Amino acid sequence: MAEATTPVPPAAKTAARAEKAEKKLVITLATMTPEMMSLQEHFGADLIQPAPNEGVLIADSARLADVALFLHDELHLESIANATATDYVKEGYIELVYHAQHITGGLPLCFKTRVPRGDADTVGLPSLTPLYPGVEFQEREIYDLYGVRFNGHPDLRRILLWEGFNGYPMRKDWHEAYYEQDTKPYDSRWPGGTHRLAEERVPWADNVNYPPNFNPDEYKGIPDAGLYDTMRAEAPTGGPTDTPFLATGIQTDELIVNMGPQHPSTHGVLRMVVKLDGETITDLKLVLGYLHRNHEKIAERNTWLHNIPFTDRLDYITGMPNEMGYVQGVEKLMKIKPTERADYLRVIMCELTRVASHFWSIGFLLNDLGAFYTPALYFITEREFVMDLFDEITGSRMMNNYMRFGGVARDVTPAQFERIRYLVTDRFPKAIDEMERLLSDNEIVRARTIGVGYLSADRCVAYSVTGPVLRASGVPYDLRRSDPYSLYDRFDFDVPVLYGGDVYDRYRVRVLEMRQSLRILEQALAQIEQTKVGDIQAGKKAYVHRVPAGEVYSRVETPKGELGFYMVSDGGQNAYRYHVRSASFINLTALKEMTVGMKVADAVVILGSLDIVLGEVDR
Amino acid sequence: MADAETNLPGTSAVEIKNDPRVPAELNNNVFITTLDKIYNWGRKRSMWPMLFGLACCAIEMICTAAARYDLARFGWELMRPSPRQADLMIVSGTVTKKMVPQIVRLYNQMPQPRYVIAMGACATGGGPFKEGYNVVSGIDKFLPVDVYIPGCPPRPEALMHGFVKLQEKIEKQSLRTVSWYQPGGDDVVPVPMLGPDMVDLRRSAEIAEKTRA
Repeated sequence: MAEATTPVPPAAKTAARAEKAEKKLVITLATMTPEMMSLQEHFGADLIQPAPNEGVLIADSARLADVALFLHDELHLESIANATATDYVKEGYIELVYHAQHITGGLPLCFKTRVPRGDADTVGLPSLTPLYPGVEFQEREIYDLYGVRFNGHPDLRRILLWEGFNGYPMRKDWHEAYYEQDTKPYDSRWPGGTHRLAEERVPWADNVNYPPNFNPDEYKGIPDAGLYDTMRAEAPTGGPTDTPFLATGIQTDELIVNMGPQHPSTHGVLRMVVKLDGETITDLKLVLGYLHRNHEKIAERNTWLHNIPFTDRLDYITGMPNEMGYVQGVEKLMKIKPTERADYLRVIMCELTRVASHFWSIGFLLNDLGAFYTPALYFITEREFVMDLFDEITGSRMMNNYMRFGGVARDVTPAQFERIRYLVTDRFPKAIDEMERLLSDNEIVRARTIGVGYLSADRCVAYSVTGPVLRASGVPYDLRRSDPYSLYDRFDFDVPVLYGGDVYDRYRVRVLEMRQSLRILEQALAQIEQTKVGDIQAGKKAYVHRVPAGEVYSRVETPKGELGFYMVSDGGQNAYRYHVRSASFINLTALKEMTVGMKVADAVVILGSLDIVLGEVDR
Repeated sequence: MADAETNLPGTSAVEIKNDPRVPAELNNNVFITTLDKIYNWGRKRSMWPMLFGLACCAIEMICTAAARYDLARFGWELMRPSPRQADLMIVSGTVTKKMVPQIVRLYNQMPQPRYVIAMGACATGGGPFKEGYNVVSGIDKFLPVDVYIPGCPPRPEALMHGFVKLQEKIEKQSLRTVSWYQPGGDDVVPVPMLGPDMVDLRRSAEIAEKTRA
């Protein structure tokens, strides 16, 4: 019957919670590394200051480009791994956060700058695109979600939402239609239980919100505004002299063709807009966001533990490495370490995922080549064995929700280990051999892939491309080696590198990586015997985690490339800022350069060789 | 007249034997049944789903069609990328506001009779992402859904179960009452507009009225 306790008004509770969090907030300034020191020496301590928690703060955002030039040319930080923003609504500024890195490995250098919230979308700050083309999509994302203008950006339009969307949704004071409270658990659910359905609270009984005086019948906006502008502005290629058709009186013209978002070749809901001269692609633009499901906004409402199952749904082929990146980051903030057995189990799960994911991507690369479905059937069959294991161990085939802060959820039984061992030593090596017999020397595969989609090593680095695509261009960069995490420094394995930079070498790198993963698995399966059975959780299991205030950029090597989690904690139960640096999203930045000059059918294959998953691209 | 009753799969047809009106060579080869039954029997075993994936559920859909679960056993394997050739739309994943105009347009392009399966929690009601600003709380806000499949994502077995449920539904339909043979039975859904937020054009008068300051 009726609750005996009197319900506390939610607003008062939230205020009390915020006050508590504020008391705990102790700002520690970052310790300066030698690189930061040299930056400070060059620009002076007025401009370059140690930032709170991590990195350096550039006091004047207008000078961002100068500092970046110094980083690029003098300190040789060749690529920007991650660019994002944090909205500090109480302090009144938006902080831009960049992580620049050496492609030879080591920790990234973090540099930040601030723009006032009020005029961020009018005054803005300089774009780093001319120097680091890899930030092109990331800057557009910041513009889209935070409303920060980047001056000098070649194509500054909304990327995940559409032109005309009302407001900048990732800003802390922007509330979605179903908004209830800043952070979970919502007071209406627990312990009061006065919950009303979201639909009942919104006047439209739907997940929508409109500005005042909005009349749909009079609305004239175009969601694709600006998309075709630059594509149409250029003069048609080929003058009167080099057009062979001119003599015959046939007029040629360039066509703009939309591929997707519903297209069997685009691996989900990606839209490619291509400009065609005959069958040759002369320009390409991507329209993203068809699967933008607001992972970051939701994650900033969730408690820390809530987010683990959400990370599974980022790149839904590779749930385990996603979880690993996230829990590792939170563990860094909490300053705890998983038990040794749990760490081995994580490595085993991640490497099994890598094998399964590469099976999947190679199968679908063949699909894109026109070998419709049959090769994929073989490889999906192999992947099913990994799914079976995950199903048994974690309770779910794809959305594993297996890792916890300080450990994993369940131990693996000896019988299950025996099955993993069978897969690793017997079944998968044979399957990979068979795959190579089928494909590696196949005349059609070679004719269609060698020399297609070439991207040179330095362009890869400039575009912040990671993963097998980078390693197929001759750059030996694998986070498991270049910034080792977990137990990867205990295993003997190679980082496969090939130098062709084309679709064929990307396929080959994946095959070689699968073999290396099996090597790691063999060693991990042997070494885990020495750990204590059942010791899979450091400390006590908990539902509520108070994560000390701080900031972390945690990254792991997923089968697609570098997956980074940039998180800011204010000491509460929730992440103040949660950003996912996704490999698929940033690898797409380079797609245009790989594709222009190729045929339409090749564009499909090149996209397949990038192995993107839209859940991670759009988040 | 009819002394033996055999069941055609999915129908209860009556087999003709030793009937003087039927030539001898056709004995055992003639069956009597209702038009509804033969029509539904044919339709339900040759559904052509649209090759159309949205999110995580699409991966399970592919697995269902692949060798292990082998959807072809049920006569559903012919996935068509073109809506013009498809009978069934499997909404396999999160429906976002940016994507919903395309989904509705694809639905309108499918010829009648057409069916919709909402696969997984997101397509059913928004799922874990329901609160998101770019997420539609279920495809049934726009399209008439025939079968809902719970799960995040549903296992291949669950998807097959959904297919079987749809077959059962088709079995019960009658040519006399199905909407697509009725006058005005063409249920074209207006394609939503992307303005300051997604706009359901069927409700534009209501929106204009409520936003008037």
